[in-house]
Amino acid sequence: MEKYETHKHDIIVIGAGGAGLRAAIDASARGASVGLVCKSLLGKAHTVMAEGGVAAALANVDTGDGWKTHFHDTMHGGKLLNNWRMAQIHAQEAPERVEELEHWGALFDRTKEGKINQRAFGGHTWKRLAHIGDRTGLEMIRTLQDRGIHSGMDVYMECTITHLLKDGERISGAFGYWRESGRFVLFQAKAIILATGGIGKSYKVTSNSWEYTGDGHTLAYDAGADLIDMEFVQFHPTGMVWPPSVKGILVTEAVRGEGGILTNREGKRFMEKYDPERMELSTRDIVARSIYTEVLEGRGSPHGGAFLDISHRGGDYVKKKLPSMYHQFKEFAEIDITKEPMEVFPTTHYVMGGVRVDAETTVSTVPGLFAAGEVAGGMHGANRLGGNSLSDLLVFGRRAGQGATEYANKINDNSLSIDDAEIEKAVKEMLEPYENPHGENPYTIHQALQEAMGEYVGVFRTHEKISEGIEELEILKERAVTLKIEGSRMFNPGWHLCKDLKSMLIVSEAIARCALQREESRGAHSRVDFPGYDDEKWGKVNSVISKDNGNMKISTSPLPQMPEELKSIVDGGYK
Amino acid sequence: MSVARMRVYRGDSEGGREMEYEVPLEEGMVVLDALHFIQANYDGDLAVRWNCKAAKCGSCSAEVNGMPSLTCKIRLDTLPLHQPITVYPIKTFPIIKDLVTDVSWNYEVRKKIQPFTPAPDTDWTMYQEDVERSQEFRKCIECFLCQDVCHILRNHDKKNEFFGPRMMIKMAEFEMHPLDTADRKEQLRGEAGLGYCNITKCCTEVCPEGIHITDNAIIPLKERVVDTYFDPLSWIFSKFKKN
Repeated sequence: MEKYETHKHDIIVIGAGGAGLRAAIDASARGASVGLVCKSLLGKAHTVMAEGGVAAALANVDTGDGWKTHFHDTMHGGKLLNNWRMAQIHAQEAPERVEELEHWGALFDRTKEGKINQRAFGGHTWKRLAHIGDRTGLEMIRTLQDRGIHSGMDVYMECTITHLLKDGERISGAFGYWRESGRFVLFQAKAIILATGGIGKSYKVTSNSWEYTGDGHTLAYDAGADLIDMEFVQFHPTGMVWPPSVKGILVTEAVRGEGGILTNREGKRFMEKYDPERMELSTRDIVARSIYTEVLEGRGSPHGGAFLDISHRGGDYVKKKLPSMYHQFKEFAEIDITKEPMEVFPTTHYVMGGVRVDAETTVSTVPGLFAAGEVAGGMHGANRLGGNSLSDLLVFGRRAGQGATEYANKINDNSLSIDDAEIEKAVKEMLEPYENPHGENPYTIHQALQEAMGEYVGVFRTHEKISEGIEELEILKERAVTLKIEGSRMFNPGWHLCKDLKSMLIVSEAIARCALQREESRGAHSRVDFPGYDDEKWGKVNSVISKDNGNMKISTSPLPQMPEELKSIVDGGYK
Repeated sequence: MSVARMRVYRGDSEGGREMEYEVPLEEGMVVLDALHFIQANYDGDLAVRWNCKAAKCGSCSAEVNGMPSLTCKIRLDTLPLHQPITVYPIKTFPIIKDLVTDVSWNYEVRKKIQPFTPAPDTDWTMYQEDVERSQEFRKCIECFLCQDVCHILRNHDKKNEFFGPRMMIKMAEFEMHPLDTADRKEQLRGEAGLGYCNITKCCTEVCPEGIHITDNAIIPLKERVVDTYFDPLSWIFSKFKKN
């Protein structure tokens, strides 16, 4: 077998977005030896795409805010399917995490009194989102990057992890390849933190980048960890629709937060019909379905979307508060949003489901394997509120760093072994596409998968459609067994896609099978054949995905029980 | 169907050549779409860096018809389509493969810059007008197009003497942070090589974020250094500016 290099750390963090960086910073600060491994260059992770803000009950603008209201809003946004303890920790710790970013150099927009400014967002009772214009994610990742590179961690850029390795039940390492050279690399570690983000590249119309191929979900699943609630895929209500080349690119919710109005082709403000109280600032699941329904019923804009208008706020204000949106529409669509409306339609944005974790430490059901950020499940229930993702990354990124360090500290050096047979198997799997003279083109299968997921497991679902989708996935899985690529192993995107495609097929199957199982509509999961909530049955369980003898097993498990004092916050219409 | 003829540089450190591909045009298509079409339909191993495809991450820098650009931002219908469109890797950094270059030097330099250093007793009150100067520089998406086009790096290869425009705005960002207490002037004058910049503003012209790199960062930094160290060359320059 060919030679590979080996690196040894206490903790390997996979993924260098907000959660990964925050975890690595925390673990380094606690004295752990940390390796941060990322598929792209440092600072390019999907967090840079986050626009509108980070939710935290700082109460700088609306002084009535507090963690209890944030907790209440998050639970209702998630249609009470959230892991209550995660939602509680998140609401309690988010303000401190945001202030800490400021102490590390982040420059948030300010209030007149010189405090961090906060804006309104869907489903949040108060103005809660700390922001920097509409580039909050970029500010966050730069701040964490600046902090991280001076924290003593080693950063392994453009390196893809393909397999996790275990010693018995415990994690002992991770195996992958350098994108540049195509050479293999082994990381020995006592603990691994997954911070790999989401799965959006399984869908055609998506706001997600190439990296979002469900790697962490698949690594965890293959290592024997439970995933939960994969049917809950958030379709962000407002993606661009025209021209075709930018279809799916995100239009920040901050447009609505700053007063944007949605209308249909008849000029009617249709949210009056779907959520008269909150209107455009309803939760994402509801706004997405409303736009979808308007278009379905023939009241869409010329390119099949809804109109979103912010021009009434005036040119200067719009350019100041939404500069990226102004440029995005000007340059890609030749639309001046200070003068004319945008056209928008739902786009695949975020997966609420993910690795089942312990709220306190973020450990998964596999010892030594931790998960934070989008790859983890539970925090957001059936629907995530805007702005709760960036705060989630910070709160649970930090907790993952802490949890993993405390775990690693209990393990003696050199007490874990690496199974050479596992590595040989991984190498064989990775090199297989070079052996197939007559295999399929991975790009072709990826496109077919994206079409299928949009068609069969999209915004509105039925038993019949999902079943067809599962059949289609089976065919694609079969076709993906023999993939063919050309060229060398040096920076070969076709080769990289072969493994990413396998991950996407696994998460897609998990999404489809969970969607078929859950016979109700809740949050982002809308079953046309079961249009209402079924609180008695499905409101009480998480969907659970696990690997059972090589096959995907779908089941349920009871929701963790909320203590009475929190129940009263949730029930109380808390303000 | 109308097509674009794409001439893409294919090769590595050993050498390479242009390859021509025909790509069907779709409304609003950008150069990166054309590169993705080539990957999916002709050469799956065409090496391209990209992430967000929305001009927010700065990964897909290349030289399109000789112009350093983000390939996700250049619409094909803004280019002369009667002739082939050339796409080359950015020239200032060593090629890895095709359109992918080794930009690791930037990460090494970045580490040398003293990070934000607040006073221990800071109360964190800041006003919007005070943060705006640094906020402009913090819009940087690290596409390194300014580094690519800077003649000190590109033509004279002074990488060991000049940090480049990207790092100048990084240093300016900290220097102009209202609560920063560190002093980077010695570094600016010394290893960062601020004096090398002779204000040709090429960096500002290619910045996809529209950051006024020269006017708002480099010139004020030069003035700060002059005020402290009385560098004669910069002193003359500052006299010119005042006149």
